[in-house]
Amino acid sequence: MLHFELVTPARLVRSEAVWQVVVPGTEGEFGVLEGHAPFMSTVKDGTIKVYRTQGGQPEEIQVQGGFAEVNAKGLTVLAEHVEG
Amino acid sequence: MASLKELKLRINSVKSTQKITKAKQMVAAAKLRKAQAAAEAARPYAGRLADVMASLASKVQVGEGSPKLLAGTGKDQVHLLVVANSDRGLCGAFNANIVKAAKAKAQELIAQGKTVKFYLVGRKGRAPIRRDFPNAIAGGFDTTTVREAGFAEAEKIANELLTMYEAGQFDVAHLIFSRFRSALAQIPTTQQIVPVPAPTAAVVNDGGAVVDYEPDEEAILADLLPRYLRVQLFGALLENMASEQGASMTAMDNATRNAGELIKKLTIQYNRSRQAAITTELVEIIAGAEAL
Repeated sequence: MLHFELVTPARLVRSEAVWQVVVPGTEGEFGVLEGHAPFMSTVKDGTIKVYRTQGGQPEEIQVQGGFAEVNAKGLTVLAEHVEG
Repeated sequence: MASLKELKLRINSVKSTQKITKAKQMVAAAKLRKAQAAAEAARPYAGRLADVMASLASKVQVGEGSPKLLAGTGKDQVHLLVVANSDRGLCGAFNANIVKAAKAKAQELIAQGKTVKFYLVGRKGRAPIRRDFPNAIAGGFDTTTVREAGFAEAEKIANELLTMYEAGQFDVAHLIFSRFRSALAQIPTTQQIVPVPAPTAAVVNDGGAVVDYEPDEEAILADLLPRYLRVQLFGALLENMASEQGASMTAMDNATRNAGELIKKLTIQYNRSRQAAITTELVEIIAGAEAL
């Protein structure tokens, strides 16, 4: 499972294990699964899709002013504003 | 010697003052807990951002093409002091200490021949700074309209500062606020915020793997710099809030204790005067009886 963290300046919104997260990067959407290569990208204002299980319905989270980092520990998205 | 009635009134007035200070102390204690929790909650974001900034900054050469926020304007003439105060009093020397630190920094810069401007956040810093530097106030932000300054306010302040910076109104900005050590100790701190000092965190251990950047390092860095500024301001506001409540708690605790002591002293005086009056009366009666 992929460890996914969503952080805003005011609080830690999510910290959980999920199957896949699709992030709207500035240069196109990208999906992150477990074992993704180290990666850093800015995120454009849009929707993050969180798939808890394979084939399940994604949970959608609106983010604004974001930044994503993938490292060995998992995926961290820093966003200034989060809705949902 | 004050009359009995006067003493009684005095005791009552001190008692009601004590009630006020006690209430304020308890409110401050509750708010302090909340402010500390808020500061705690803000830590992961700030820490993560600082880590990323540090690892990026170590990869990017600061040069001609670097973002202005990192490289500076190339001048060092106009300094902006961003002074963060609170909106309310009853917190001891909290605001006075921040203003003192700001004035000291301003004097130091003026002595070096720099131009100093002020940007004031919060109500309590305005009057004392305007008194000493009437023409140096470049702007300010009013936090009295919100209950608690949050990220939205930090964002507005940062955006205004960025606009001023883009317009070339200042070259270097320092942030002056109170760092929260404990309820007893708040340390007025001066920190440079523009140009952004490259954070030097511990070397990030990414397992030697090559990190992919999208877009490239420099573009990400340029994107992160304003955000970093916002987070710095937000952190300062949170620290300030916790400091204010801590200072308020301590000051009100002292005030409550002083009022208690004063009440004790006045009560003793009151009882003594009462006793003296009774004795005088008795002596008069006895003397009168004896005269018969």
